[in-house]
Amino acid sequence: MSRPLNDQPLQKKLKFKFNAQSYALIIALILIVLIFGILTGGEFLSSRNLSNLFAQMTVIAVLAIGMTLVIVAGHIDLSVGSLAGLTGGIAAILQVWFGWGTIWVVLAAVAAGALLGLWQGWWVAYRAVPAFIVTLGGMLIFRGILIGISQGQTVAPLNDGFKAIANSHMPYSIGYILAIAGAGLLFFSAWRNQHKRQQLGLVTDNPVKIYGKLLVYSLLILLLTYMLNRYNGIPVPLLIVIFSGGLFIFISNKTSFGRYIYAIGGNEEAAALSGINIKRHTLSVFVLMGALAGVAGVILTSRLNAASVSAGEMYELDAIAACVIGGTSLMGGRGNVVGAIIGALIMASIDNGMSMMNIETFWQSIVKGLILIVAVWIDISSKKQSSAA
Amino acid sequence: MSGYALQMKRITKAFPGVKALDDVTLSVKKGEIHALCGENGAGKSTLMKILSGVYPAGSFDGEILIDGKEVSFRDIRGSQDAGVAIIYQELALVPEMTVGENIFLSSDLMREKVLNWNKLYVEAKRWLDQIGLDIDPQRKLGELTVGKQQLIEIVKALTKNAEILILDEPTAALTESEVKILMGILKDLQSKGVTCIYISHKLGEVMALADSVTVLRDGRTIDTLNASEITEDTIVSKMVGRSLTDYFPYEAHEIGEETLNVHNYSFYHTSADEKVAHNVSFTLRKGEILGVSGLMGAGRSELFISLFGGYPGKKSGEVTIDGKPANIKKPSDAIRAGLAYVSEDRKRYGLILGMEITKNATLAALQHVMPKGLIDSSLELKSAEAITSKLNLKAHSLEAKVDQLSGGNQQKVVLSKWLFTDPKILILDEPTRGIDVGAKTEIYKIINELSQQGVGIIMISSELPEVLGMSDRILVMADGTISGELSREEATEESVMKLATRRRDNHEPAFK
Repeated sequence: MSRPLNDQPLQKKLKFKFNAQSYALIIALILIVLIFGILTGGEFLSSRNLSNLFAQMTVIAVLAIGMTLVIVAGHIDLSVGSLAGLTGGIAAILQVWFGWGTIWVVLAAVAAGALLGLWQGWWVAYRAVPAFIVTLGGMLIFRGILIGISQGQTVAPLNDGFKAIANSHMPYSIGYILAIAGAGLLFFSAWRNQHKRQQLGLVTDNPVKIYGKLLVYSLLILLLTYMLNRYNGIPVPLLIVIFSGGLFIFISNKTSFGRYIYAIGGNEEAAALSGINIKRHTLSVFVLMGALAGVAGVILTSRLNAASVSAGEMYELDAIAACVIGGTSLMGGRGNVVGAIIGALIMASIDNGMSMMNIETFWQSIVKGLILIVAVWIDISSKKQSSAA
Repeated sequence: MSGYALQMKRITKAFPGVKALDDVTLSVKKGEIHALCGENGAGKSTLMKILSGVYPAGSFDGEILIDGKEVSFRDIRGSQDAGVAIIYQELALVPEMTVGENIFLSSDLMREKVLNWNKLYVEAKRWLDQIGLDIDPQRKLGELTVGKQQLIEIVKALTKNAEILILDEPTAALTESEVKILMGILKDLQSKGVTCIYISHKLGEVMALADSVTVLRDGRTIDTLNASEITEDTIVSKMVGRSLTDYFPYEAHEIGEETLNVHNYSFYHTSADEKVAHNVSFTLRKGEILGVSGLMGAGRSELFISLFGGYPGKKSGEVTIDGKPANIKKPSDAIRAGLAYVSEDRKRYGLILGMEITKNATLAALQHVMPKGLIDSSLELKSAEAITSKLNLKAHSLEAKVDQLSGGNQQKVVLSKWLFTDPKILILDEPTRGIDVGAKTEIYKIINELSQQGVGIIMISSELPEVLGMSDRILVMADGTISGELSREEATEESVMKLATRRRDNHEPAFK
């Protein structure tokens, strides 16, 4: 079973060993899409509906991206729904009542989110109050502040520029350019990685496997762009999700901050003795989460063209569910941003597909709840199997 | 075949892909203390799990006879009813409950609809008195020392009318005096007719206690020795299949100038104003292996964790590294100053178990694989490969998670992590605890190589032969201070123990 590492061939053999566990999420997504596609007579997969679907998932997806890091660090954030509501409300108030320009409003909302994240992170990191409590408190406080500053009213309408954030689409040509650029970037980074590993004399994966996989991804990206372009084009909020997701994938894989967050969540005591500053990094995670809640708040207000006192209610649970479905462990130390985004897409697909089928809305909660439980069960039982073998 | 309390015959147990036990035979006479020895992975635990019904009848081949009658256990309950009680290394007690509640946790006394507390505590007191323990049964268990908790576990087993008592590494966490108490109790139980199977790595205890010894190796019975045949050398040579001589590969090496100087160092408990260590002064030179010996609770680990910046209480004193004063407030300061600390508890303080080997290996010096400010994963893999292959780490892939590795290989991952920081001073806290003999020898070799490269090494160890075998110089700690210093030549087990048991006057003994 074990052998010296240097005896291994420098290039792995081409093996099509199917690892069901790592693809379970994608299989689940495909299954859900197919089922809804069939049940709605193809309507679910229409360009118009796909465009709607992606627009609908954005708020939860943005929250889930930040939540992944929070959960990986071994914490939880129950306040993000209220915080998105509050920052969205701040944005609307600044624009509608005080006449601020869109750019300043967006910056203010994100800054407010980051600041409130800082406040919560301080309690968690420097005052050792459990995140569950701090953010449960935050959930109540932020909702209260929102009701207070908006005097219980719905604040509307916003400027055209602000509305455009969540409601506009990319021109077709730019959509294609972005898609091709994105695919090109994937190939370039894979090529560079292979090249470097070869230079260092490390084991490299079989190129057929790597580039084959990327080819499939690229075709999917192009197909999706084509589908979206048949309607209005790529929705801008989807680009915001992709950009935030990319940024956070980069943070978790390439920066010491990201690595340390995984280490802290995996074993805080060992991380501390390895010279990692636990408090400062924990604080930063909550600041990032707050800033993303600000982004989510802006998208939410923009999409609805209004800020209401109940905006974002229960979103924290959808975001947590998206992370968990995407394979993030509530024990900390394990999880990834891509999974969380796919999780958010699964949740949105269920909402969207079931409402298209005119199933009463209460079923949506029931089905989502069941999927959450089953997703975690599959994760746990697959891990038991692999450790028993 | 009377006279045997227990016979296990031709036991074979296979797991998928591995034969854990192969035709093992164990015969234990009535009323004897029978030691079971073997390296980690030799099959001791598996054999005891079969005896205690964790692996039910039918999941293995062979037969078990108790008092000459064949038995088959479907579960743990079955073995308990037959008078077999097992006490594991990890205690199965509830720290938040009282001593009395713990003793009767699984007995009928705790199953009544309305608990009769008076009866429970009176009974508990009676059992405690019987083996000479002066402990209030209404105290919370968590307030007792680990050693006393272990004794409570034994009392608990006795209340179940155990006739065969199995102890799995019972002294791993005990102080010297607690070990003596435990031994006394075992001898006492023996005179009352209780049969005892004693699993231990500590051959000194085995020598003192056992009437006979069975040695397992690689899932087979190698031999059963009776009292007259037992010597440490025979046991070890049967355990490892070779003799003791190449056990501690000490090599003479050059010792350079002073690298670490600690002067009048004291530090306090986090909560109380009480000093954990007071006025500690010592020096370490380049390439020197400094052994640190002392009894459990002498403050050895705490002292070095504190020097490393990992202990939160306040502190005083001067620390100089290579002639420069070092102001170490947190572990990152220590790492920057060239210190590395390999903890005694690798799972708790050393490893991120769910993380890949690579990422664990680079964690304490991540900047070495961030040439442009970002983690270069190829360089990271390359660096991890270089350092782990030097330590002869065995894994099917460096991208495997650490929790899939054996204890010895895990320890090598921790060592890799600290060697990757290029330390000038390496502090090893119980570097060979819980790993098998083969991996131990490899770790000793690594220690030698490092000292030859001029790294100053501090090796804290509770195993006297290890300290004596490896060190150039030995510090002995007792009661939070350094009670003496011995050169390699003057150090013997006796001289070290004498210094280790020197105590301050106001210290109350661990037991009545």
